[in-house]
Amino acid sequence: MIRLLQKNGWVLGLVALMVLLFVMTKVIQPNFGASGIGALSRAALPFAFATAGMAIVVIVGGIDLSVASMMAVAGVASAALMHALGNEGSLLVILAVLALGLAMGAINGALIVVTKVPDIVVTLAMLFVWEGVALLILSAPGGSAAPALRAIITGPVSVPFLPEAITAFIPKSLVVLVVCLAVVWVPLSHSKLGLWIYAVGSDPLAAFRSGVPIGLTRIVAYALCGLFAALGGLSLTLSTGIGEPIPGPYLMASVAAVVLGGVVLGGGVGGLLGPIIAVFILRILRMDLTLLSVDPNVSAIIEGTIMAVVVMFGGLVALRGRRA
Amino acid sequence: MTASVTQTPILRRVGNFLRDNPVIPLIVLLLVLVAVLQYLRPGIVNERWIANTIKFAIPLAMIAACQTLTMLTGGIDLSAGIVATVASFVMATQVPLVGVGPAIAYAMIAAVLVGLLNGVGVAFFRVHPLIMTLGSGLIATGCLQVYQRLVIASGSSVPEFLTWLGTGRWGVVPNAMIVFLPFAALILWAQSRTGFGRLLYAVGSNERAARLSGVRAWQVYLALYVLSALIAGVAGLLYIGMIRTASLSLANALMLPSVAAAVVGGTSIFGGRGGYGGTIVGALILTVLGTLLTLLQMPEGARRVLFGAIILAVTAIYVRLTDQG
Repeated sequence: MIRLLQKNGWVLGLVALMVLLFVMTKVIQPNFGASGIGALSRAALPFAFATAGMAIVVIVGGIDLSVASMMAVAGVASAALMHALGNEGSLLVILAVLALGLAMGAINGALIVVTKVPDIVVTLAMLFVWEGVALLILSAPGGSAAPALRAIITGPVSVPFLPEAITAFIPKSLVVLVVCLAVVWVPLSHSKLGLWIYAVGSDPLAAFRSGVPIGLTRIVAYALCGLFAALGGLSLTLSTGIGEPIPGPYLMASVAAVVLGGVVLGGGVGGLLGPIIAVFILRILRMDLTLLSVDPNVSAIIEGTIMAVVVMFGGLVALRGRRA
Repeated sequence: MTASVTQTPILRRVGNFLRDNPVIPLIVLLLVLVAVLQYLRPGIVNERWIANTIKFAIPLAMIAACQTLTMLTGGIDLSAGIVATVASFVMATQVPLVGVGPAIAYAMIAAVLVGLLNGVGVAFFRVHPLIMTLGSGLIATGCLQVYQRLVIASGSSVPEFLTWLGTGRWGVVPNAMIVFLPFAALILWAQSRTGFGRLLYAVGSNERAARLSGVRAWQVYLALYVLSALIAGVAGLLYIGMIRTASLSLANALMLPSVAAAVVGGTSIFGGRGGYGGTIVGALILTVLGTLLTLLQMPEGARRVLFGAIILAVTAIYVRLTDQG
């Protein structure tokens, strides 16, 4: 039990912080309840997906600067598709967007492996490329979201045999997030591939000498990042109802959440749970600033400063780790 | 025996040559692009066109100087475009309030503050410059939006001499050359003939070795990022003289081409190799390429894809060449 606590100390600390922030929110806004949690969870959805993708590539020892641009591509592609197909094509849209995400991520990974150019440079270049692709698909915000798909992430879940007073507090978007992450991450982290991802992140040379196919592992990690980015883009389109070709602030936010979530920049350490909780912490902070009626531009500065501080702190931690 | 033995040395020799003299093939490329342009639209290349091309290349080349200098140490400055915007916006909005001199001083102070933030993050917290400058750029954009609300009533104006600098020309020589020539000469001289310039190369080639030989790397980084922000600030003032209207995203569009200009100009994004000479030609190449793309009516999206692909391709080629050398 104590070992379990020690091993998950960081995550437990984050959970405590999140609970504290919820209490604070309740103090600031006494009638904060089910609908507040629903809105929070829906707003956090794209951030959470972006962060999950970023966490996987950071664990494998890289970084993906193109995550926000890939989200934009997936967002406008899904908006355009849904506009053309309507409700009937919902399943097709989901499959197409997932395939698109996997393809974009795999291209990023393959370019990194083939050209031997560092991740940070390749994904910087790809940031511009995907941004351009998004603009080619839709040059201005447009398209629309299918109502059938929008219903998936709006409102609370309804579970038989449970009173509505309880289910009202479980938003559908949270269930979607948990299911999507679990379907990919739980089997992965228990498989050989998951082990390889951590091995490559901790020490590529040692992994190579133990027979791990480094190139393949990297490509898979980036493809998964693309997959999550695509889910993020899709959920963004679903919650706003429109496709936006200009990437949102998801890059910095995801790096900050990954660092705050206990994944060390440099690779090999951490999981998905910490970063996802960190996303909610950052979102609650944002919500509290709004509830305190702080000027949205000022709260953008505060948010940016918090993220910069978190990333600086992460740099310091990584530096300590290297010296030790 | 002949094929395999002779092929490698030729490749290697070409590689070494390109690495040592990136400016020569770049100038050839520039002339080829101009020739293509002249072929597509005969008569376009005249005195006025040349002056305009140089005029638009100057702010780009100055912001690319930020990229070149930071890349020499293995960094990058993604906040440079935003810093240029901040400096120009602060200057334009302060002129009606406090006059030209203090307005420019305020603009430079704002630029230096962002540079200091970058420098502190990179030097003391060892955050990767890419992430640090991206973050500081976001913060600066937020601050600019708040600032805009405060000065919304005062209006803005661009001083006479900046418009003269930005728009005037004397034959094929735009007036902005008065600023750019000394600036370029200073950077070219500083990068190879001063201690600071050599420290940039030393830290970029091998930071550990530099540190062990007594270089205080943090001083280099701090000075470098402040200098980079200052250059970006001056570039912003020149650019607003050219555009003549203050806006919240004035020079942000120069960001991507500036990285491309430095990379195309032969500066290695990994540090330790390159210089400002190549960057200047790189900026000219990108400006001509921009005209060419406009002529071909290429949409903005395709343009970004192309620029990204250029950065990646050139970097990949440099990696290949240096592996062989």
